[in-house]
Amino acid sequence: MQGGQGKMVRLKSRDELEQLRKEAKQKRAAFEFMVAVGCEHGAERVSAVFKEELQRRGLSKRIALKTTGCHGFCECGPLVVLHPEKILYVRVKPDDVPEIVEKSLIGKEVVERLLYVDPATGKKIMREDDVPFYKKQMRLVLGNNGLIDPTEIEDYIAIGGYSALAKALFEITPEQIIDEVKRSGLRGRGGAGFPTGRKWEACRNAPAPDGVRYVICNADEGDPGAYMDRSLLEGNPHSVIEGMIIGAFAIGAHQGFVYVRHEYPLAVKNLGIALEQARQYGLLGKDILGSGFDFDIEICRGGGAFVCGESTALIASLEGKIGEPRPKHIHTTTSGLHGKPTNLNNVETWANVPLIINRGADWYSKIGTATSKGTKIFSLVGKVNNTGLVEVPMGITLREIVYGIGGGLRDGKRLKAVQTGGPSGGCIPASLLDTQVDFEKLTEIGSMMGSGGMIVMDEDTCMVDLARYFVKFLTEESCGKCTPCREGLDRMLDILTRIVEGKGRDGDIELLEELGVVLKEASLCGLGKTAANPVLSTIRYFRDEYEAHIKDKRCPAGVCRALITFSIDEEKCTGCGACAKACPQNAITGAKKQPHKIDTDKCIKCGICRTVCKFDAIKVV
Amino acid sequence: MEEKRLEKIDRIVETHGCRKERVIAILQDIQDEFGYLPEDALRRVAERLGVPLIQVYGVATFFKAFRLKPRGRHLVTVCMGTACYVRGAPAVLGELKRLLGIEPGETTDDMEFTLETVNCLGACALGPVVVVDDEYHEKMTPGKVKKVLRKYSTIDARRTRENGQAEVAR
Repeated sequence: MQGGQGKMVRLKSRDELEQLRKEAKQKRAAFEFMVAVGCEHGAERVSAVFKEELQRRGLSKRIALKTTGCHGFCECGPLVVLHPEKILYVRVKPDDVPEIVEKSLIGKEVVERLLYVDPATGKKIMREDDVPFYKKQMRLVLGNNGLIDPTEIEDYIAIGGYSALAKALFEITPEQIIDEVKRSGLRGRGGAGFPTGRKWEACRNAPAPDGVRYVICNADEGDPGAYMDRSLLEGNPHSVIEGMIIGAFAIGAHQGFVYVRHEYPLAVKNLGIALEQARQYGLLGKDILGSGFDFDIEICRGGGAFVCGESTALIASLEGKIGEPRPKHIHTTTSGLHGKPTNLNNVETWANVPLIINRGADWYSKIGTATSKGTKIFSLVGKVNNTGLVEVPMGITLREIVYGIGGGLRDGKRLKAVQTGGPSGGCIPASLLDTQVDFEKLTEIGSMMGSGGMIVMDEDTCMVDLARYFVKFLTEESCGKCTPCREGLDRMLDILTRIVEGKGRDGDIELLEELGVVLKEASLCGLGKTAANPVLSTIRYFRDEYEAHIKDKRCPAGVCRALITFSIDEEKCTGCGACAKACPQNAITGAKKQPHKIDTDKCIKCGICRTVCKFDAIKVV
Repeated sequence: MEEKRLEKIDRIVETHGCRKERVIAILQDIQDEFGYLPEDALRRVAERLGVPLIQVYGVATFFKAFRLKPRGRHLVTVCMGTACYVRGAPAVLGELKRLLGIEPGETTDDMEFTLETVNCLGACALGPVVVVDDEYHEKMTPGKVKKVLRKYSTIDARRTRENGQAEVAR
């Protein structure tokens, strides 16, 4: 086992935990430098070269190397941060490593060429904290990802890990824990925003004749374009585990489950390592820290069904059944997994718990808006410059996120909409960019918080095509149990397909709206109830685009294949022949160095010519 | 061969303590072992867990992760998450369908490639993403597709010619 370098310690009391913390801190402090290498793709190789290089030069005792989880700034990965100065190097390749070691770690110089360049000013920025992407965030939950090796429990303990658990077990009562969480104003980060403390209380108070209660961590992060839960589980699994133990203690549960997507193999692996280490250290299992409290956690891998993000469907799946939801006349807190009182929270919600216990509800509830407290992690993706995970206080405006942190749009394009809330969220138009982000405000403007996906779209995105994309997604993911969702979505997909194929009819928009209302009113679970959101919100804000498709048989964004034609701009074409060579249909002809032409009868609108043209000469009308 | 297979399946069922609530995990392990879920495996699992076959079959067909047919030597997965979608994943998928002559969920006749889509890989900064076996190909365009396929097989060149004229409709 990696943890504790072979020395196995089972902590039997709070004092032993604090003693270990002291030692772990000293161990870290003994290093002059710490090199933190983040990012999933490519970082492993960078890290391996660092290890070799440090060993070769006999620096391994002076310089600590940490292969961390995600730092959030995905756009610039792989990232290397040199502590204690927090010098940030971006897009580091294995070949860059010897130079970093030579110049920065031995010579105390900065490798200029690897620094982040602020596109706004053109200036190089040395320290991580000064990069605008990080500067405007409040990284309470995500920040520790950059400081620890997720496979080393002592790293987590060194930065204060499991101190909230010790406090919960030895200083305060379960009732006080619940009260603290209630007063903090923490609401479910999975999307619906139910007050966490109230859910815990309901579960604790539900009658359990045999004393069996369960806690579940929902890590079935199904919203496309959202990956904060993955990053937390990969980069700081102990924070989630600690939250779960505290919750279980407050509720009186002795068994927990983490239901995690099978598409996230690294999250499953790191969580597995973390659970094993927590058991070895006496933080899970029997008599945790000598408190007399027993609790353990089991991992269940999901089967790739979006609907299983819904609590009752998830529970059905945990029972080995197909993932169909059930009506919630009886809450899962009363009768959930195997008919026992069950408390289910999302990954990010659990990760917030240690923070609240450690720093108190008063501190926590000062962050955010009147109804939405704390921070929220968003995955800022799509056509934005700085793709990545951002953690911001509730109440920040969308504009600040997209422009202040995200650095605006790529290729100088104009923002058209921001999509939040996953497939059943909505599209927020550019005119509402000053909306404050909290649970209520997002719902008011026809979208929702969801789990935190935030997809930025520019003028090249067709809103009708996008609505069709979401409806198709939901049609495939609808479990089929209730009629409104199963049949309603199918009908909506038919109509939307008709529209993007240029066969839209008068009255289609109204029909979509009518179906949307039925779905909302009559569906069994959250999936169906919110499934019409992408359609209704795009109709609400982009009705003109629907009308252009239906009445003028035109796709203003140039996306819908049936409604567009490709041609070559004679002014821009240099006759290089790249497009003609790439065209799979041999539809492009022309003499060398002369403007080329596209035979529209042969053209299949695959768009390859557009991607190979270096002169932006392919026009789409 | 048959015996060996059943033995393997039994071992998997036993590592999960023959618990019927672990059926998803059991099927996942079987699929990891064989690349898909053979019919006899489903029957054996039902038998060992003491549940009707329909229940196991129901789970195997409800969840997207399961495959009831053998997969090709190379698995091509196209991420169709929203971030990849708005950055042009549909055109990339279209080109893959055209070159391979198959729809998502299908395998080429020569068993070389299986084409699949996934809702999101959470690698949005790299989008559009295509994963072949375990290798990520980032910032894909339709123009790059042929080159990527060629890395894994030389057959695609021939197939391109054959399918060149018969365009697979959107």
